[in-house]
Amino acid sequence: MNRPPKKFLSPGHNACAGCGQLVAVQAVMRGLDEDTIIANATGCLEVTTTAYPQSAWGLPWIHSLFENAASVASGIKAALKQKKDGKTKVLVQGGDGGTYDIGLGLISGMWERGENILYVCYDTEAYSNTGIQASGATPYGASTTTTPKGSESIGSTQAKKDMLAIALAHGLKYAAQSTAGYPDDITNKVKRALDVDGPSYLQILSPCIPGWQINNDEAVFMGKLAVETALYPLLEYKDGILNASSITGSFRAKPVAEYLKKQGRFKNLSEEDLKHIQSLADANLKRYRL
Amino acid sequence: MKRSKIKLETKANSSLNNKTGPWRTHKPITDYAACIGCSLCAKICPESCIAMEIRTDSPRLKPVTDYDYCKGCALCARECPVKAIRMEEDIAA
Repeated sequence: MNRPPKKFLSPGHNACAGCGQLVAVQAVMRGLDEDTIIANATGCLEVTTTAYPQSAWGLPWIHSLFENAASVASGIKAALKQKKDGKTKVLVQGGDGGTYDIGLGLISGMWERGENILYVCYDTEAYSNTGIQASGATPYGASTTTTPKGSESIGSTQAKKDMLAIALAHGLKYAAQSTAGYPDDITNKVKRALDVDGPSYLQILSPCIPGWQINNDEAVFMGKLAVETALYPLLEYKDGILNASSITGSFRAKPVAEYLKKQGRFKNLSEEDLKHIQSLADANLKRYRL
Repeated sequence: MKRSKIKLETKANSSLNNKTGPWRTHKPITDYAACIGCSLCAKICPESCIAMEIRTDSPRLKPVTDYDYCKGCALCARECPVKAIRMEEDIAA
């Protein structure tokens, strides 16, 4: 067998077998060209792709700290400006912990400055890298190691933070949401985000095998179900206006129980909890139906 | 005290030295007669170790799995629209 050709992200990384985030990353890479620099926050993606002394990356790639990937990207952008290079694209990658919580202030600063940088958040709905602690992206009812299910607890009782709305509140020209169930949708959204002259944000639901307690072959299936139940619709905002949605007039949502009952992290939900989560999906139907 | 310097840079794509094939307990086997060459498996492979290649048995590009890196997650077998990929126990790996 011939050696595989050099890629933007090579095999030989240490992500779990069947990792949903890596499915999403491969789709993001197909939307890039070789004239791209990546700044990466701390997280699974950073750790699994750059086990010292190796790197899986075939693009210029830098990691500094958990919180400052956006600021590092701003620095790269400033250096490119000084070199009068308006062509090279800058991409930031972070997980939900680095985006929703730890990096939020510095991401906000990058967006305030209006720099032409694409930020991609791989949303696994917990701190997967450090052992599935709850993050601002953890949804209601999910069991994590800091919100464990038990006789007195269903899991997390907090609502998932609406990061897309936070991005939109900064007046971003492009903000979108996708899932690992739709790789072509991800690639297309990366291309469209890069066409925009200004900051852009793409958030991708990335099923986590140990975190969600699902089987190795279920990441893509779960990504699809999240959309089909309207819990995580495919959304795209250009200049603040929703211009494409997976929730349209003819869309028939599946019951959320179909999605929840296949995941170990939601094993402790009562009928009442299921009703509450169903109401969240119903609210999405109302909010995003075009 | 003599300090040794730590190298903070590394070669691009050097993870190719890290063959993850031995992680595998089950191996995907593609039935090329049933495969329609849609390339979905190549797109969703988290390892990107499925390449669409010209084979002698078909004018269409068909997926070829690199078993040096395949971790045997079975995503390709699960998602194949024509069920042309089956998982077999892989003791030899």
